[in-house]
Amino acid sequence: MAQRAVHATCSRTVSILGTRVMRVEDPKFLTTGGVYVDDLRDPRLAGAAHVTYVRSVMAHARVTVDVSAAAAADGVVAVVTGADLADLAPPPVPLGFIPPALGRPWLANGVVRYVGEPIAAIVTESRYAGEDIAELVSVDYEPLPAVVDPRASATDETLLFPDHGTNTALAFEAGSLDGLFDGCEVVVTQQITNQRVAPVPLEVRGTACVWEGDGDDARLTLWASTQSPHGARDQIATALSLPPERVHFIAPDVGGGFGAKFGVSIEDLLLAVLSQRLNRPMRWTETRTENMLGMGHGRAQLQTITIGGSRDGRITAYSLDVLQDSGAYPHFGAVLPFMTQMMATGTYDIEKIAVRTKSVVTNTAPVVAYRGAGRPEATAAIERAVDLFAAEIGLDPVEVRRRNLFAKDAFPLTTQVGAAYDSGDYVGALDAVLAAAGYDELRAEQRRRREAGDNRLLGIGLSSYVEITAGPEAGTEFARINVKPDGSVVVYTGTSPHGQGHATSFAMLAADELGVPIERITVVHGDTDLVARGGGTGGSRSLQLGGAAVHQGALETVDRARELAGDLFEAAAGDIVLDKARGGFHVAGSPDDVRGWAEVAASADAEHGLIVDTDFTAEGATFPFGAHVAAVEVDAETGKVTLVSMTTVDDAGPVINPVVVEGQRHGGIAQGVAQALFEEVRYDEDGNPQSTNLADYAFPSAAELPDFTLVDMATPSPLNPLGVKGIGEAGTIGATPAVQNAVVDAVAHLGVRHIEMPTTAERVWRAIQDAGKGTK
Amino acid sequence: MNLTVTVNGTAHTVDVEDRTLLVHLLRDQLDLTATNIGCDTTSCGACTVLLDGESVKSCTVLAASVDGRSVTTLEGLAEGERWHRVQEGFRSMHGLQCGFCTPGMVMAAVSLLDENPSPTADEVRQGLEGNLCRCTGYHNIVAAILEAAK
Repeated sequence: MAQRAVHATCSRTVSILGTRVMRVEDPKFLTTGGVYVDDLRDPRLAGAAHVTYVRSVMAHARVTVDVSAAAAADGVVAVVTGADLADLAPPPVPLGFIPPALGRPWLANGVVRYVGEPIAAIVTESRYAGEDIAELVSVDYEPLPAVVDPRASATDETLLFPDHGTNTALAFEAGSLDGLFDGCEVVVTQQITNQRVAPVPLEVRGTACVWEGDGDDARLTLWASTQSPHGARDQIATALSLPPERVHFIAPDVGGGFGAKFGVSIEDLLLAVLSQRLNRPMRWTETRTENMLGMGHGRAQLQTITIGGSRDGRITAYSLDVLQDSGAYPHFGAVLPFMTQMMATGTYDIEKIAVRTKSVVTNTAPVVAYRGAGRPEATAAIERAVDLFAAEIGLDPVEVRRRNLFAKDAFPLTTQVGAAYDSGDYVGALDAVLAAAGYDELRAEQRRRREAGDNRLLGIGLSSYVEITAGPEAGTEFARINVKPDGSVVVYTGTSPHGQGHATSFAMLAADELGVPIERITVVHGDTDLVARGGGTGGSRSLQLGGAAVHQGALETVDRARELAGDLFEAAAGDIVLDKARGGFHVAGSPDDVRGWAEVAASADAEHGLIVDTDFTAEGATFPFGAHVAAVEVDAETGKVTLVSMTTVDDAGPVINPVVVEGQRHGGIAQGVAQALFEEVRYDEDGNPQSTNLADYAFPSAAELPDFTLVDMATPSPLNPLGVKGIGEAGTIGATPAVQNAVVDAVAHLGVRHIEMPTTAERVWRAIQDAGKGTK
Repeated sequence: MNLTVTVNGTAHTVDVEDRTLLVHLLRDQLDLTATNIGCDTTSCGACTVLLDGESVKSCTVLAASVDGRSVTTLEGLAEGERWHRVQEGFRSMHGLQCGFCTPGMVMAAVSLLDENPSPTADEVRQGLEGNLCRCTGYHNIVAAILEAAK
């Protein structure tokens, strides 16, 4: 009692939100390592057979498969081809928008459409045997014309899917082209390639599964490296014509996803089918080469921008034409232009906008979501366009941006292309990043070097960006708060983290409302039997939907607990106060008698404690924004680019845990820089991939990158109670155009106006030569 | 073939195929799954372990070649409850996100600091060239190793 009395006045607590809480996830990763799919030692997987896929080595061909030698080999359990699965309905298309005629087969059904497409599945007792026996499968290829360039695809000269009648999968448009540039004093146009890149999560795809029970009671448990367990479960259930409750989907630790692990792969679906048919638990882990060939790639847009305005720097008209390469079987990539269109105008108040997009199939790997998914492409286009416009009228790119940014008092606003921006301060972000980067000093140094004839040319690049997160429609997410009879708390979330630190951030959110220390809070995710429903983690949705759901659930839990405590005290719920500092409840005005969470939870249910389920629905998508400044050094003789500094303002509203948010920014910036400077997935004209592993794909190491300078800014969103927006994709959206603009800026005085990404030494050197001047 | 190898201080006698890779011996036969496989070309470093105290990529080492030698994986780095300073550095500086590259990154960092106890940031970046991370942009990994070197 004496101790309670001491604390009697401490009903107010300092919020944990916004503080640097070290991740609760990390001790495991730093001592025993995570448990990824390939690490699973679940007893039900003992004796699992291994699956190895035989993949197409041609981009477009009719195929005849002879598996007789493989089927007779030692150690083989089964060899399965498309013909063996002819009785199954084709797998459903990954998204409802996609025409079913463009769906993929289970295994190649007479025709292959990209290098890496699965042709046969080899089921073996051991993993090494699978690789040996795959070599015994004989595939006869009768070549068909390979369509690799999306422009060639758009002509429909060679149809990939004759039944569909065209290579166009989807098309979107907004705004009118009629008289778009009438009255403009200056009009600049440029073709831009937003090149195909590989997501490259460090953990490749892997799946394991087991069927238990017989007949109509048989139930599938499937573990896969995914970002969206509930969506993946539903996809599997649909593909196998099962009710969802007969599929138990578990995402164990997931070693990075970056959008590319949203949903399931054909290989995941196949594993469930093979396991069912052969009545064996089964495992599949791909190689990195398979991952580079088959998981899917990102970006892959050919853009034409046209920008017009007045000589004093006012931009009045902008058009964006997008030809999206969807790859062989349309996936998220085919839909990306919709997001590009929605964000086409960026941070600029432009009177007239028109967007035309078309997604076409090609004989390349499917294009999937990749960190930003359609939004980096929009920002890259408009940010290049603004720089081209600035160069044309001879005005500093900062000044042109300043004259066209949406004003701080313009929010909320709806853009010409229909995006409802919730809140923003674009000029504030620009001012902050320029000050932090020392923009004026960088320009002075650039002039000094140019005047001195220094071969180390300095380039300064800017981007101002806005993106859409947890959209395009208003999202919803589930949370359960379970206060156990011992006073500990288990939080269940329908999001599914793979490095984003939800176990820490969501515990902080619950702790803040419940007054239970985070050490006593566990966060559960990724298991469809334990978590009722969920949307997974992608599109920077998790905190603003999943976090908001936890926050809402915690508030509802407190309300329910006050009722329960009221019963214990024989008082009205309205008179019960939660003392967060002491983790318990008392009657208002009588702080000495406190009933702790344990007692209150036990009064709800002695075994399970207090359980509150909730679904949070946002009022709309949110629009994080920011501004980046990149400084690069270009060797005038070789064209080699070195990133010198990267300074960013990324405003995603109030920050729950700066440690986590900074990490998200760092990683995104690095990937954004990588697209601008290094990375490209290339195919030759016959559709042969030229970058099939990490030895020939230019994934940057620490040696190619500098430290990043982060500037904080927090403009709340009015659309959720936490005021938060998504941060996961800011880096790839803001950094890529800033770095590309910096490279062009470094050689702009030589007459260069544009250099395609990645801005390799060869490209920069050629641009310098083509500009016809060169340095002395 | 039979071989004897000491892993994290414990001697194991195992039967392996001639072609078995060290990383598969560790993961599949000894169930030490912290060490990960991230590529086919010795590029990513997720499989980095210490072999007689020096970092190697265990995907490119034949198990047969470690007969009589000593291997340390992430699981064997801490001394009981006492973490290695590199583990502490990664924790305090948030040098990891998804955790997949982490075991290899930590072991590479241990080796780096053994060779150069007081590296500059640039030396850390150059020294980590063989270990790839997609999540962190390396910013906090570099900070973690510099912290560990203090």
